[in-house]
Formats: sequence, structure tokens, C-alpha cells
Amino acid sequence: MKSRGSFGRGLVYVLLFLIAVVFLAPIVIILINSLKGNFYISSSPFTFPTEETFVGFENFIKGFNQSDFMRSFANSAFITVASVVGIVLMTSMTAWYIVRIRNKFTRILYYLFVFSMVVPFQMVMYTMTYFAFEFRLNNPWGIVFIYLGFGAGLSVFMFSGFIKSIPREIEEAATIDGCGPVRTFFTIIFPILKPTAITVAILNAMWIWNDYLLPYLVLGSGENKTLPVAVQMALTGGYGNKDMGALMAMLVLAILPIIIFYLFCQKYIIRGVVAGAVKG
Amino acid sequence: MYKTLKKYFPVFVIPTLAAFAISFAVPFVMGVYLSFTEFKIVSESNWVGLANYIRIFTTDETFLYSLWLTVKFTVVSVITVNIIAFSIALLLTKGLKGTNIFRTVFFVPNLIGGIVLGHIWSLIINGVLGYFGVDITYNPDYGFWGLVVLMNWQLIGYMMIIYIAGIQNIPDNLNEAAAIDGASHFQTLIHVTVPMVMPSVTICTFLTLTNSFKLFDQNLALNGKAPESSLLALDIYKTFYDHTGLKLAQWHGMGQAKAVVFFLLVALIAYVQLRATRQKEVEH
Repeated sequence: MKSRGSFGRGLVYVLLFLIAVVFLAPIVIILINSLKGNFYISSSPFTFPTEETFVGFENFIKGFNQSDFMRSFANSAFITVASVVGIVLMTSMTAWYIVRIRNKFTRILYYLFVFSMVVPFQMVMYTMTYFAFEFRLNNPWGIVFIYLGFGAGLSVFMFSGFIKSIPREIEEAATIDGCGPVRTFFTIIFPILKPTAITVAILNAMWIWNDYLLPYLVLGSGENKTLPVAVQMALTGGYGNKDMGALMAMLVLAILPIIIFYLFCQKYIIRGVVAGAVKG
Repeated sequence: MYKTLKKYFPVFVIPTLAAFAISFAVPFVMGVYLSFTEFKIVSESNWVGLANYIRIFTTDETFLYSLWLTVKFTVVSVITVNIIAFSIALLLTKGLKGTNIFRTVFFVPNLIGGIVLGHIWSLIINGVLGYFGVDITYNPDYGFWGLVVLMNWQLIGYMMIIYIAGIQNIPDNLNEAAAIDGASHFQTLIHVTVPMVMPSVTICTFLTLTNSFKLFDQNLALNGKAPESSLLALDIYKTFYDHTGLKLAQWHGMGQAKAVVFFLLVALIAYVQLRATRQKEVEH
């Protein structure tokens, strides 16, 4: 559709620009406040730092030191990477098995996985936490195992949908060449699954990196805490005077890695999120 | 080969199945059972029949309130998010140069986690209200509209992407035919664009619906200190964890009963969605 002349086009640009300002304003406000002195954040939150209020990176240094930011950042990074690798590997194998071996058991299994996507976390929150402690899963490796269980639903569902479209002849040719199931899967099937694997990885990474309640209940707020838990604690914890400057810096530091990641993998992220939406 | 594969069950299925059983399946079944009991800890429960369910619908002070609040919040969010997202998608599909950068910008809030998002808005909203000497806990309406603004900020970019894909899938000749027939821009929008993007409307409506209905992190970060602004998921959490003392077993039972009702409502939404999308497929 062609726009009505250059005036109409100009108007659309102005409109889009204004919307962009509204969308970015909250992030910019946090950013400018992270550069201001403690006192000025609460007294005048919406002004740019002046010579008087500007403190440089002081808040960031305080943020790093006070809230064991680095520690929880590292915890989050480890848990996210390990869980995503585990989920992609394990659920793609499971999906291949239940698509290719068709019997009553695999069919029930498939429907159980699909069913789990509908169940809200609050339904299993209390009992799951109990089992996590009973089975000694209340540590970073344990929570990777728990994420495999919670991520299985969507991931098995998405892999299964794609595997159904792969002709069996390809796999059968490999068998004639003497490949066992494990080698067939990793040399023939997994490379074909790559686009779906990227989608599954992105959806799970965004969920696990940002997840709050599950790691809070299972890992608690001690040395194993993840980044969202650290943020929540720092911003609500009532230890006397809150250091607003350090908190602002912490919010900036929590957002920054995601935005950098997004700028590099934008195409995959948007595609993955849309694919997940249409299927889920 | 599939005979050999069958023997590889322990390699291919057991790890996923074990994790699934321990973290989801068994807790789910236990959760349903415990909703009919009172329990201090999971392993010690007393059967009370339907008592928890009766309590949450009669004597409990927060459940029906937060259920109604959640319904109101969901309806308002679904309407505002979808109208704004669709309008922006229309602007971005006019074939103008450089619109990709806007698409990139509008999608950014969607990447930020609920906790961080909630705190960003808490600082901004309390910053504005601070000029009037109050904060977000002062009036439940502030908390409600704060959540609506936050939800719009987060979800519009996401829904916009789906609407853009839907609009771009409309065959060009439909728009051309409308133009030849002398249709105005508005007529083309109502009679061509909107009917053709109905599948996207269905997807976006249900995505906004479930996301709003299950909202937790944002609610905790933004209104954690305002009890009158707790949506259903947060109310369930508080029923479980914000109580101590003699009646703890009863609170846990009630929390679990609320969770079951919550699950049934979410399942109902999912079922209606499945029916709606199935029907669309038949029509095409």
C-alpha cells in the first residue's frame, strides 16, 4: 500500500519516532539515574545528571561490590547454558524416539508432555520444591535437571512436530551403512533439526535466564542465587537505607547482557519467539 | 533399525522422563491430592474432603477478590495490547524505508525479565507519584493501571511482530482489487486487512490472555507491598508462604486448592483456544 504523498509519510515517521521514545524512555530513565548521586535519584528522578549530581560509574562499582552481582550473574549464566544444552540434547532424542517408536506408551508420553504446557507453575510449586529438597536437587546442577523436566513439554512438542516431516528413508539408509541409533541420531537427524534446535534453545534460554520463582524456591537467596533473585532481594530487602544508586546500576547491569545478545542474534530471536508463539 | 532403537529406551527417553516425573508429573498428582487435605509439610497430610474448596470460595478474604481483579486486568490488557500492537503493525507495513529499526526497538521490552521489568516501572511510577506525596500502594487503582501500562509495554512489541507477519501474508492483488473498486484506505482496512489477519488476531488474543492471567513476576516486583493489587498467581503464592502459626496446615491446603482452581481456569482457556484454532483450520 502506498502512502499518501510525502506529508503522510512524514507523519508516519513522526508517529513512529514518538512511539519509539515512549518505548525506550523507561530504560533511558534507569540509565541516567544510574549515573546520578544517591540523593538526587529520589528527589528528582526525571532530570538528566548535572555537574552537581553526576557521579560517573561510582554506582556501578557499588552495585558490583554490594550485591554479589558477579556471583549471581555467573550462577545464572551457568544454569541457563547447562539447562539449554541439556534440554536441546535430551528432548530432541526423546522426541525422535516417541515419533519413530509408535505404541500406546509413547503416545501417552507425548500427550503428557503436551499437557504439562498448560499447567501453571503455581499448581506444582509447593510439591515440586519438596521433591527438589528430598532428592538433593537444591543446587545449580540439580536445578538443571529440574529445568529439563519443566522444559520437556514445549521442547518435545516442537521437536516432534518437525521430526514427523523427516522421511524415514534417510535414517534407513544410514542403518544399512551400519550406524547404530545413537550415531544415526547425531550424524543424520540432529543436523536436520538445527533450525528447530535454535528456536528451542532461544525460547528456553529467555525463560530460564529471566525465571524468578523456581530458582528462588529451589536455590534460595544464598550463595547459589540467580540474577533475578539477587535483583528482587536488593530492591525489596529492608536492610536500613536502600542505596538507590547501586540499585539503578544493578538494573542496568541486568538488562545490558540481554540487549547485547539481542543485537547480535536479533533475527533468530524474533523468528524463534514467533515460531514458539504459533506452535505453543 | 527401529527394533534396535527400541532397546535404546534408557538412553533416549529415561533422562527426560525421569526429570519430567520428578519435577512435574509426581508433584502435579500430589498437588491435586493435597488440595483435599491439610498439611504442614507434604509428607504429613490429613484428609479434609472439600473443606479447602469451600473455604476459598466463602471465608477466604482474598481469593475471589484477586480472581475478579485478574479477570478485569486480563480483559483490559487483551484489548489495549492488541489494538495498539495492530495499529503499530499497520504503520510498519506501509512499505516505508527504515522501519526495521523501529521493529527492533519496539521488541526490546519483551526480552527483559518480569522481575527487572517490574522494578523499572515501580521506580518510574513511584517517581511520578512522589511529586504528589504518595506511592503505588496509596490507591489500588494505581497498582491496577500500573500493571496495565507495564503489560502493554512488555507485550506490544511481541504481538506487533505476529501482526506484521499476518499483514505481510495478505496477497497484494487483494489490496489492488480493493483499490480498483474504489475502496478508501479505511474500507480496505475493515474489509480486507482485518478479515485476512484473523488467524493472527486469534493467536495474539490467546497469548495476551494467558500471559496476563498467569502474571506473577511483574506483579510481585511492582505491587508486592500492596495486598490489594495481588493477582491470582501472587495470591496463591502468598497463601502458601506468607503465613505462619497454628493454622499453617489449613493455609497450605487452601493454597493448593486455589492452585487447582487456577489450573482448571488456565486449562479452560487453552481448551477454548484449541477449539478456536481448529475451527479456523476447517474453514480454510
